[in-house]
Formats: sequence, structure tokens, C-alpha cells
Amino acid sequence: MATDIIIHDKKDNVGVVVIEKITPKQDCACWIMEDDSSTNIQSIDEIPLGHKIAMTDLNEGDTILKYGHDIGKVVKSIKKGEHVHVHNVKTKKW
Amino acid sequence: MEIPKSFLGYKRENGRAGTRNHVIILPVDDISNACAEAVANNIKGTIALPHSYGRLQFGADLELHFRTMIGTGCNPNVAAVIVIGIEPKWTKKIVDGIAKTGKPVEGFHIERTGDIGTTMKASKKAQEFVMWASEKQREECPMSDLWISVKCGESDTTSGLAANPTVGNLMDKLEPMGVHLCFGETSELTGAEQVCATRGATPEASEKFMKTWSSYNDFILKEATDDLSESQPTAGNIAGGLTTIEEKAFGNFQKIGNCKFIDVLEPAEEPTKGKGLYFMDTSSAAAECVTLQAAAGFNIHLFPTGQGNIVGNPIEPVVKLTANPLTVKGMGEHIDCDVSKILSREMNLSEAGDELIKTTLRVANGRLTCAEALGHKEFVMTKLYRSA
Repeated sequence: MATDIIIHDKKDNVGVVVIEKITPKQDCACWIMEDDSSTNIQSIDEIPLGHKIAMTDLNEGDTILKYGHDIGKVVKSIKKGEHVHVHNVKTKKW
Repeated sequence: MEIPKSFLGYKRENGRAGTRNHVIILPVDDISNACAEAVANNIKGTIALPHSYGRLQFGADLELHFRTMIGTGCNPNVAAVIVIGIEPKWTKKIVDGIAKTGKPVEGFHIERTGDIGTTMKASKKAQEFVMWASEKQREECPMSDLWISVKCGESDTTSGLAANPTVGNLMDKLEPMGVHLCFGETSELTGAEQVCATRGATPEASEKFMKTWSSYNDFILKEATDDLSESQPTAGNIAGGLTTIEEKAFGNFQKIGNCKFIDVLEPAEEPTKGKGLYFMDTSSAAAECVTLQAAAGFNIHLFPTGQGNIVGNPIEPVVKLTANPLTVKGMGEHIDCDVSKILSREMNLSEAGDELIKTTLRVANGRLTCAEALGHKEFVMTKLYRSA
């Protein structure tokens, strides 16, 4: 089956869109690289190639995990299936 | 895939091997660019390397300038060098540094002669050098004569998913063959610095890495006026889906595969601890980083990109790869190796690594890179601070 979203690590709470775009309410096939397993998710937003989707509900202050590692903090709550990017996530560094 | 044991390179006087056979006209300073370019215009088959600095620098910044100039001349992709500077002393210092390799090098200074007289003298020597170099033939060289540097640019999430891990796969396969490898981009490891530090081959290497990273990070924190938005990540990175420097860093870090780095190099410093992976303290700006790695003696460069960075270098061929199908579609003339089928899962990482090895060897054997064919010759000196 075609893959719409790739997730690096089992622990990750975001996945990356790998088709040109996903549309709202699309049932997406996800592949988890770490253990070659599969899962599904329904999108809320339109999300373009390379952008991230929330795999779970996230609250302000939560940590985004990608590659199994901390890549920033949630600054505006995010629902499962929504677009995750600079409008709701910020760096913990600079 | 069985990996070839050799490539066809140019053997140099000091035992190194080149993937190219350039005769370069190297200006010592900004005001000698015009003369260097006039010589390169006169004598076909030579290239001038104009740049912006070289006057009134001092301390560590001046040392880096000399190290970059001398290192560029010493690179095995260079057959012979004409050095042109305004004053005799600094010109001679660079000539003497390059002469240690045993390759033909001659210096000219402009003071008391002027551009026209200097151009004439330097052109006569450049003609002699280029005609001599033109008779050099490629010979079989062991894979261990490859010194491969890596740096990514205009990254997006496809870089971390596929293009950078493809480079990592190549490193894992070529490191056991005795290849020298180098990664850099100190600032772009921010967020992944602790994980990167664990990849030092010795406690000393790990400690040296953390010291280098902390020093660069302190500098950024001191100079930053905001959260570096639009610098790190860049607007292009953000358009490609990268949200934070941490996300960019973990993607960046995929380029070294499972290798461990044996030492941390100063900018443009030649590695001296033998084969294996090195980390070099560099800026994350593409042309600055590649210029420093070329000056350290690396003879072929692998450059994974997401949104489509187009950088090249005058002496070190820059091989581009991408996993972003939109980049392949929109700007394919810049892409030497397309690994976008990883995203559609029609190609696995090991197959992509093999494809990249094949492309790397074709380029090492003489095939022009896209950047070479398109005339990209970005030669950018790193400047540490203001001149006196």
C-alpha cells in the first residue's frame, strides 16, 4: 500500500507527509521506519509534502518528539491530525 | 553491491590523489583579484579564485586566511598554482606553504610592477603550468585516496528522512575501505549536540566537540538579536517543513551514519590522524563550509539538499543528491543523484547508498557534476572578526 506519512521512531508524536499533499479528512497510511510497522491517521488540515502532522493531541508546553528526540515545545495546543509547524511549535534553544 | 576497490585519479608529488587537474590563479587579497582574473582570461584552462579578503587581518583570523589559501593550493585536485598578491611577503608565505607538496607553484607581487606587467609575467608562467598539467593522465588509485567531505543545504524534512541517511549509508560502507571523511556545520548541530558528542571515537574527541560547539553557541547567543528566525532554520527550511533548529540538527546528523569521529579540526585544518571520520568547526553556510573542507584537502564533496541548494566549488566537485520529488522535477539540472524513491518506498536506504557510491565514483573518475557544468565556483573565505 502507498505510504502517505513516514514516522522516524516509535516514540515520535509527529509524522512527515511524503506525498504532494494530504487533504482534510484524508485517511492516511503511516509507516514507522524504526520497526517497519504501520498505522493510520485521519487528517484535519491540508498538509503539504515535508510538513508534519500531529499523531496525538498535544497541549501547550508538551515536547515534540521526532527521531525519538526533543525537537521543540508546543506553544499552542494541537489536535491529532493537525498541521504541526512554526505557528504552534518553537525551539527550546535560541 | 560489490563496491569497486579503486577510482581513476591524478597522482600528485606528495602521494595524494586528485579527482580533478586544475591549474589555479590564487589571489592573496581582494585587490589582486583583477590581475588574477586577467591571467585566467589570457591562459585557457586555468581558473582564478577571486575572494573578498586578505588585507589588514590579524591573529587567528589571519592564520585562518593563510591556512585556507595554502590549503587550497595544496589540495590534490590542483596540479599547479600561480599566486598573485599586492605585497611580496604574504605572497611568498603562501607560495612556500604550497611548495611543500612538491607541485609547481610560483608567486608574483603587483607593487612596483602594476597589474599589466604582473599579468604578463604571471600569464607566461601560467601557460607553462597549464600545458605541463594537460599531459597528466588519470591512473588507478585505491579508494582510500578519496577524501570525502559532506555538508547539506536548503534542507527540508526529506533531507532528514532520506537524502542525509543516504550519505550516512555511504559513509558506513566506505569508512572500512580507509576513506577520509569530514562533516561540519557546528551551529546546525544545536539541539543534537549531546547526541553528537556521544559519537566521538575517544573521550578526548567528544570533549573537544562539546568545547567547540559551546564556543560557537556562546557566540550566537551573544550576537543574536532575536530567535534567529529566518536564519536558522532558513525561510527555505521552513517552507520545506522544518520547524526548529533541533529538528534540523537531528536531520543534519543523519549524514554520518553509524560512524564515530576520531578528531575535531579547526576550520581548514588538514586531518593528520589517518583514515576515518573527522568533525570540522565550520559555519553552516554552504560555500564557506565547502571552501574550508576543500582547503583541508578533501577531494570530493557530497551535498544532500531538500529544497534545492545549488552551490559549487572551484576545485572540489560538489555532488548533489535530493529525496524531494518536487526538487527533482523543478530543478533537475542541479541534481546528480535522485533518491526520491525512498519516500515512495520504491527504494530502500541501502539501494540509495549504492546509487550514491556509483555517482560519487563516476564524478571521481571525471564526470562533471551538475554544479561544474553550470559554472558554480563559489569560493568564500571564512572571516572570524573585523580587520585592524
